[in-house]
Amino acid sequence: MYVAVKGGERAIDNAHAWLAEERRGDTAVAELSVAQIREQLKLSVDRVMAEGSLFDPDLAALAIKQARGDLIEAIFLIRAYRTTLPRFGATLPVETATMAVIRRVSATFRDVPGGQVLGPTFDYTHRLLDFALAAEGLNPPEAAGASPEGLDSVPHVMGFLNREGLIEEAGAGDEVPPDLTREALELPANRALRLQALARGDEGFLLSLAYSTQRGYGNTHAFVGELRIGQVVVEAEIPELGFSVEIGEVELSECETVNQFGGSKTEPPQFTRGYGLVFGQSERKALSMSLVDRALRWKELGESHNPAPARDEEFVLSHCDNIQATGFLEHIKLPHYVDFQSELELIRRLRAAATPEQEEE
Amino acid sequence: MTSQTSLRETESYNFAYLDEQTKRMLRRAILKALAVPGYQVPFASREMPMPYGWGTGGVQVSAACLTPEDRLKVIDQGADDTTNAVSIRKFFQRTAGVEVTEATTGATLIQTRHRIPETPLTEDQILVYQVPIPEPLRFLEPRETETRRMHALEEYGLMHVKLYEDIARHGEITNSYAWPVMAEGRYVMTPSPIPKFDNPKLSDNPAVQLFGAGREARIHALPPYTKVVSLDFEDHPFVASKADHACDICGSHESYLDEVITDDQGGRMFVCSDTDFCGTRSAALAAERG
Repeated sequence: MYVAVKGGERAIDNAHAWLAEERRGDTAVAELSVAQIREQLKLSVDRVMAEGSLFDPDLAALAIKQARGDLIEAIFLIRAYRTTLPRFGATLPVETATMAVIRRVSATFRDVPGGQVLGPTFDYTHRLLDFALAAEGLNPPEAAGASPEGLDSVPHVMGFLNREGLIEEAGAGDEVPPDLTREALELPANRALRLQALARGDEGFLLSLAYSTQRGYGNTHAFVGELRIGQVVVEAEIPELGFSVEIGEVELSECETVNQFGGSKTEPPQFTRGYGLVFGQSERKALSMSLVDRALRWKELGESHNPAPARDEEFVLSHCDNIQATGFLEHIKLPHYVDFQSELELIRRLRAAATPEQEEE
Repeated sequence: MTSQTSLRETESYNFAYLDEQTKRMLRRAILKALAVPGYQVPFASREMPMPYGWGTGGVQVSAACLTPEDRLKVIDQGADDTTNAVSIRKFFQRTAGVEVTEATTGATLIQTRHRIPETPLTEDQILVYQVPIPEPLRFLEPRETETRRMHALEEYGLMHVKLYEDIARHGEITNSYAWPVMAEGRYVMTPSPIPKFDNPKLSDNPAVQLFGAGREARIHALPPYTKVVSLDFEDHPFVASKADHACDICGSHESYLDEVITDDQGGRMFVCSDTDFCGTRSAALAAERG
């Protein structure tokens, strides 16, 4: 006799208890603190802040701890929290020209006013496992010449190119950008909305799309005009005061690419721009974003149609969000008994019709 | 979860979790959807504390409709005790503190995934569907910009060609769930992935039917007593089908059945997918027998 499966509620409670135990791991090993994650897994924290669209290193570190290191799960926790926060207003646009840079490189010029600053980068490390790190309690020697405060106000490299008129003007738009988290995405999107979607888009997805344009699917031949990382001041206008006040600082990675462009019916030959801006130290994401941004601009630059995935606005914007993607992908593990039952009956019927000699029981 | 923490959670969030501004936005979208049956209204879908694909659209629509006096029923695959139905019911118990029930007749708001209850609904009820892909034309044309234009121009030829090609290749239309329907003679809409057995219940239903798609940020609706026609051809009329059995528990011939594998020797049985219907009917039969 069949007994209907009951007890979903108890199963869920038990699963949650087990999950909590697994999250902690072996209790003989010291527990990770949120501060440890914030300080020592900073790049994970930065990714969670960027794709979670919330600049709060402590909350991001907590989310990583709670998610057992699953960054997409951590991003989801941050997003679900962020959506409940009240909106007080918008800040003024941040001035990245006055960024206190800890890293600033240009691939287009050998030397630039303000200098090239490598900063804390993996770029020239030899990827050899450092077994010394396995031994705990060793502090690294103090870095000579490191200035954690950063250099103030180094000019944007792209500005030098612009003096000759060789690169397109980056128009200063006055219009208030739409808010993707408060309005449904409507297509076609303007560049501000596209950049917003890319800024919170999945790093891996954007990386692969950007890579595809380099390999010929869309062909953005990009030079890194400048990549800079550092702190910028965030200001907000207080209506009661009538002037703006500094409300905090955020760390940003900004990438501006210079792209070959032979001109079109509407535009003269010139260099064109791609732009990436991401919370924290996320330069892979900033680079990817600027390549995808440039690829998506083909229409406004009057380029000929080329059906590459990275140039397809609807394709890119509809699929770059990893919280949407993972939700829909993973939901297929939820019960589908009813749909599957109707499919079973259909397949049996179609098979019976196709093979009439083999009678179905 | 202790009762103490439940209490705290209820107090630290607004009634039914969403803030009142968000609910107003949702209600405006719902009213527009009711005014234009079958039309997909874009809305500013929020990130919910459960994943996209788990019913975030339905949960947002339910949150916008719930009042403290409501009695809520949540089903998934027709059953009240499916894990995700349990989870969503618990969510509203925690965040709204509303009464819950498993009885279709006792509920004022029913959130469902993939089924319409067997027991006929009334004018005092709202049925909220969870919708994965709200666009009935999506698998024929992946671009939203295109499908919106097709709806605007009432250009449904592509859908009819698809149905025709099914018949040409297989002898019948091969949709078995999410069978597309025409709402009030204007918009082709998806009834969400309910089995086609349920399609006739969509039409002339006294209850308000709301369809929420969270990830896709769309709401569509059927006001009470809307005429809903399952797409078909005169010579290949729509047939609401189900497994050709009776329920092995309550004996009903009228209800939609799940096939249950009972052993590894090919043994199986058929039981109602609607657990409340099956339980109520079994109890009534037992009472009759005394």
